Amino acid sequence: MDSSERAGTTGQYQLSQLRNIEAQSIHIIREVAAEFERPVLLFSGGKDSVVMLHLARKAFWPGRIPFPVMHIDTGHNFPEVLNFRDRIVAEIEATLKVASVQESIDTGRVAEETGADPSRNRLQTRTLLDAITEFKFDAVFGGARRDEEKARAKERVYSFRDEFGQWDPKNQRPELWSLYNGRHGAGEHIRVFPLSDWTELDIWQYVGEEGLELPSIYYAHRRNVFRRDGMLLSEGPHVNVRDHEEIMEMTVRYRTVGDMTCTGAVESPASTVDDIILEVAASRLTERGATRADDRVSEAAMEDRKREGYF
Amino acid sequence: MELLRFATAGSVDDGKSTLIGRLLYDSKAIFEDQLEAVERVSLQRGDEYTDLALLTDGLRAEREQGITIDVAYRYFATPERKFIIADTPGHVQYTRNMVTGNSTADLTMVLVDARKGIVEQTRRHAFLASLLRVPHLLVCINKMDLVDYDREVFEAIRDEFTAFASRLDVTDMTFIPISALKGDNVVQRSGNMPWYEGASLLHHLEQVYIASDRNLIDSRFPVQWVVRPQATEFHDYRGYAGRVDGGVFRVGDEVMVLPSGLTTTVAAIETFDGPVDEAFSPMSVTMRLTDDIDVSRGDMICRPHNKPTVGQDLDAMVCWMHERPLKQGDFLALKHTTRWVRAVVRDVQYRLDVNTLHRDEASTQLGLNDVGRVSLRVTQPLFYDSYRRNRQTGSFILAAEDTNVTVGAGMLLRS
Repeated sequence: MDSSERAGTTGQYQLSQLRNIEAQSIHIIREVAAEFERPVLLFSGGKDSVVMLHLARKAFWPGRIPFPVMHIDTGHNFPEVLNFRDRIVAEIEATLKVASVQESIDTGRVAEETGADPSRNRLQTRTLLDAITEFKFDAVFGGARRDEEKARAKERVYSFRDEFGQWDPKNQRPELWSLYNGRHGAGEHIRVFPLSDWTELDIWQYVGEEGLELPSIYYAHRRNVFRRDGMLLSEGPHVNVRDHEEIMEMTVRYRTVGDMTCTGAVESPASTVDDIILEVAASRLTERGATRADDRVSEAAMEDRKREGYF
Repeated sequence: MELLRFATAGSVDDGKSTLIGRLLYDSKAIFEDQLEAVERVSLQRGDEYTDLALLTDGLRAEREQGITIDVAYRYFATPERKFIIADTPGHVQYTRNMVTGNSTADLTMVLVDARKGIVEQTRRHAFLASLLRVPHLLVCINKMDLVDYDREVFEAIRDEFTAFASRLDVTDMTFIPISALKGDNVVQRSGNMPWYEGASLLHHLEQVYIASDRNLIDSRFPVQWVVRPQATEFHDYRGYAGRVDGGVFRVGDEVMVLPSGLTTTVAAIETFDGPVDEAFSPMSVTMRLTDDIDVSRGDMICRPHNKPTVGQDLDAMVCWMHERPLKQGDFLALKHTTRWVRAVVRDVQYRLDVNTLHRDEASTQLGLNDVGRVSLRVTQPLFYDSYRRNRQTGSFILAAEDTNVTVGAGMLLRS
């Protein structure tokens, strides 16, 4: 491979679209490291945060990533993902902070939801905001993409949060060229989304081109699942299977990785990145629509959670 | 595959949402669950037809009030290109949003209703696109089905627009007669307008030549970050990380660092994936220099015989985006490339009427959504080019020193 191929150029001093958005993301990550005192990168082990962490490595190479990595652990995560998280963070010698929702519950900061299917999705926000306050983080990298969800389609790359961690969608700072405004007062912070312009397909193509490792649950595997609200949920320690719900062993994979309680699997034989790229390109459902119960609460479920300080 | 960013704007009834909906639908970028959600909401509201605007109106207030508040970004791809649409609303905060959407656009798409012809908003849109130096202007004359696909209607609008645009700084302008609703000339050439011999809209978006739009002449590298690994294997390593904002840098090139003015050569251009022989805009790379000279964030690496302007007195076209007006004597925070400086407003030279292009020289301030020519003095020299020559090194943003919010955007003029 000569140097122009490696750089992803398409001749005539033109970058391929994937290398173009890669360069843009690296530019954003470097701006944040240079202008903020205490940035942190949110890392869940999901595909988007894996790509974001990889871009952060690229941004500062051969130096190390100059900020810690934080996981908001709901206690309902897939064990495969937690193992993956620990291994990857150790491999690149990053500092990992884990903020635990269980601890927020134990210390009385939040109460477990009641009802048939208590979810910790919404509780994470308190844990996240408490950690931001405790460690005085002033910039928080998130892996959200604008193609994921309609409220996110309107969010800035640098998204201001007030002292309560709130997002005010009607009063966002204009964002022009690539001149980002990270100015903020004490106790306020900026959420930064370096993957704003990436689509699900971009992520998979990049995972393929870069040979990035992902948690095994993204690829086809046999699993005991049951149907609820049109989604395939996994049998597991935090999931209450009801009497009428029938457990079936199926070949499935996950398109997104969240809590076991609210993330659905899709039936799929796709066992390689190439299989998945074909599957994503042909899919007629968005990844969140297909697999996330947390977005189904209402038409504006994501916007409402984001206003409170969610990812 | 290349990337094309385009901006579009328009009012509720000119068919913009229908057009975007069609482009997304035909390129399979709209998913069934999104369409179902939109259908559900349309039904609840008692709309007669599925309102595709709901696909882009993501916020609760937008859906409740049936208006678009903010720039929405949409994504689709064909085998030829990936497209990022900055879809800007036609009413609220029109100028602010148009300027934002156009600031990164390769192309701007103006929609004209064939029945109404050129209206005030058309002129304003075209002016803002030229002010922001969007390289390609695409004028879609829509609703041709409602004027019987009449060639004369199309040509009259085209001629009127061309006459108006001669007062603007537009280099590439294309006109396409379409019907977004019926699909004429959107994806496929239409049999209803055999007199039109140009490309369909999508074909134009796929083929418009953008490779020469970037500045590949004036080498500019604003330093973002100094890489100094704390590891024995890279003990003496010192690299300058940044994005190439113009021109091409090659290993061995003689370069100058501003503000020191010291010259040296490029020892290596490095990336995580290995060294490269040359770097061009918009690559993010790390540069190593042959001599050990003092370089820090905010400095600019360029070529000794092609330097940017170095100066503290700036003349710029400013778009003001805040209720509190811009006035002589105001102090503001200014970000240009990788540096923040303080700026004081020396003079508001004139306010430009974005509809008539009339220069109001009596005006002493710029209000919300005004555009005007402003003189500023900054605390430290900036290394800049005119915006005409380079959109990266010729642009800046202004923020309020007290509230920190972004209040303005500026395009530098040649000093």
